[in-house]
Amino acid sequence: MTANTSEGGALNDLHDLHDLTLAEARQRLLDGDLSSRSLTQAHLDRIAQTEPDVGAFVTVTADEALEQADAADALIASGDIPSPLTGLPIALKDVLMTQGTRTTAGSRMLDSLIPPYDATVVAKLRAAGAVSLGKTNMDEFAMGSSTEHSAWHPTSNPWDLERVPGGSSGGSAAAVAARQCLGSLGSDTGGSIRQPASFCGVVGLKPTYGRVSRYGLIAFASSLDQIGPFTRSVEDAALLLQEIAGPDPLDSTCYDVPVPDFSGQLERGLDGMRIAAPQEFFSDGMDDDVAEAMETALELLASNGAEIDRTPTMPTVPMALPVYYILAPSECSANLARFDGVKYGYGARGGESMWSDMEATRGHGFGREVKRRILLGAYALSAGYYDAYYLQAQKVRTLIRREFDRVFAEHDLIVAPTAPTVAFKRGAITDPYQMYLNDIFTIPANIAGLPAISVPGGFGAGGMPVGLQLVGPRLDEATVLQAASAYERLAGWPTAPGG
Amino acid sequence: MSNSAEPNTFSSDQVRRLASLVRIDLTPAEVEEFRTELASILSHIDALSEIDTEGVPPTNNGADLLNVQAVDASRPALPRDAVLANAPQREDEYFRVHAVLDQS
Repeated sequence: MTANTSEGGALNDLHDLHDLTLAEARQRLLDGDLSSRSLTQAHLDRIAQTEPDVGAFVTVTADEALEQADAADALIASGDIPSPLTGLPIALKDVLMTQGTRTTAGSRMLDSLIPPYDATVVAKLRAAGAVSLGKTNMDEFAMGSSTEHSAWHPTSNPWDLERVPGGSSGGSAAAVAARQCLGSLGSDTGGSIRQPASFCGVVGLKPTYGRVSRYGLIAFASSLDQIGPFTRSVEDAALLLQEIAGPDPLDSTCYDVPVPDFSGQLERGLDGMRIAAPQEFFSDGMDDDVAEAMETALELLASNGAEIDRTPTMPTVPMALPVYYILAPSECSANLARFDGVKYGYGARGGESMWSDMEATRGHGFGREVKRRILLGAYALSAGYYDAYYLQAQKVRTLIRREFDRVFAEHDLIVAPTAPTVAFKRGAITDPYQMYLNDIFTIPANIAGLPAISVPGGFGAGGMPVGLQLVGPRLDEATVLQAASAYERLAGWPTAPGG
Repeated sequence: MSNSAEPNTFSSDQVRRLASLVRIDLTPAEVEEFRTELASILSHIDALSEIDTEGVPPTNNGADLLNVQAVDASRPALPRDAVLANAPQREDEYFRVHAVLDQS
């Protein structure tokens, strides 16, 4: 596979340091045959070289990254035991608060926000020694499936620069696929990690709701949002999850339960694993090329010890999309009320009253997709419609959760496509609801709060990657990672163009 | 269900009223676009009304946690200057805004 070479020549000019996984790079740092400075510099060079094509970043923090790399090299040279991610260059979605580094959430509203604190996941990655290369591009306030709705610029898919990388965490996915970093963090409210992972041919994991602290994540829909990693291997996803998971006194929705060793059962394979392929995840709306890739993947799983059960039905799961488009806009209309032009961010002045300044602030600061969802949420929550929309959606959410519980009573995992199509061309989808359909297979795991991963699952039309999704029971990321790792070894798909 | 009897339509006035509730200035062109887009999105969502939810409790949050208690201890607040540095307009140690109360 090669990227679109007419425009993307720079993408094919690779150094061997760019193809390392986090685990491999860590080993070389510990062995002393590689410094974090040279590893970090190689990725900064790669970013400089490929950003004109890819546009994965909003902000690159080169000086800080090299300082962190030097500190990592000093730590390793001192003989102290380095932290798990010491000296490894990663990137952060621009929805995560980073102390002292501009954080925009892809919005004009936060053009100039310099956060006074770190998100908990950012503080944890810093404590684990990771080197941050910068902040990645995204659909404004994480609302979108294509990273075309950033206030700054669209991001391109490294496999084909005319196509979108998916979204909303498209910058984090594209940066990993373009080998601009060894891993990254994104956020997933309805598929915003898994769908771009699928489109960009990398690994993307949404942990259980409550497994990872959301403190310092700029909120979109608080009952659905979850932070997770992008990597080029399942082992690396386990490594990153290990560092960001766990209880946090600053997030009361975070489970106060022990964090297991996520890497511990990666080698165990598929023997005896009961995997459901519910009919509703394999029926309507999937393109033929995706369906073919899924059949091949299911056969591979079945011929290597897994028991694939195609009989389960989950009749309420198709309602997950309408449930989502009531609950997420409702929650966002409340969460985004904080952007009032007073305390931080953009603030219009000069109107005739405080209210007119506020209305001008929000009229100019928010983009169209964000305004549309705030209006939709306000409608669903308004008197006379609350019972019919919001309350009904919450009740159907209960039914969907029960259907997952029923399937997991007899199965270890659920397998499904990640997205119904491969990455589409930029500008190809203009109807909002058509865009929302991208997330038809990812939203159910958010509605039920379950862990789910997208791993490279073959190729479809145009040589574009297809993602295979595995969904697990609550707090059972370890089994999700085990099966994903087994499939990854069996299938051996390349996780980056030219790989 | 309040909406199943009639197709989803939005008037320009309804869109403007929603916009005033959420304090967003819309251009006339935006009002027109959102009028058709909101009606279209709601037409897909209306299928929800056909699901029987008699006796089903609502799910309010993403995790099944109840009554989570925080340790009752003070911790340092954010540094004032770092917080105020992000204000669109400040005066000394205050956020500056348009007068809220009518001064007449």
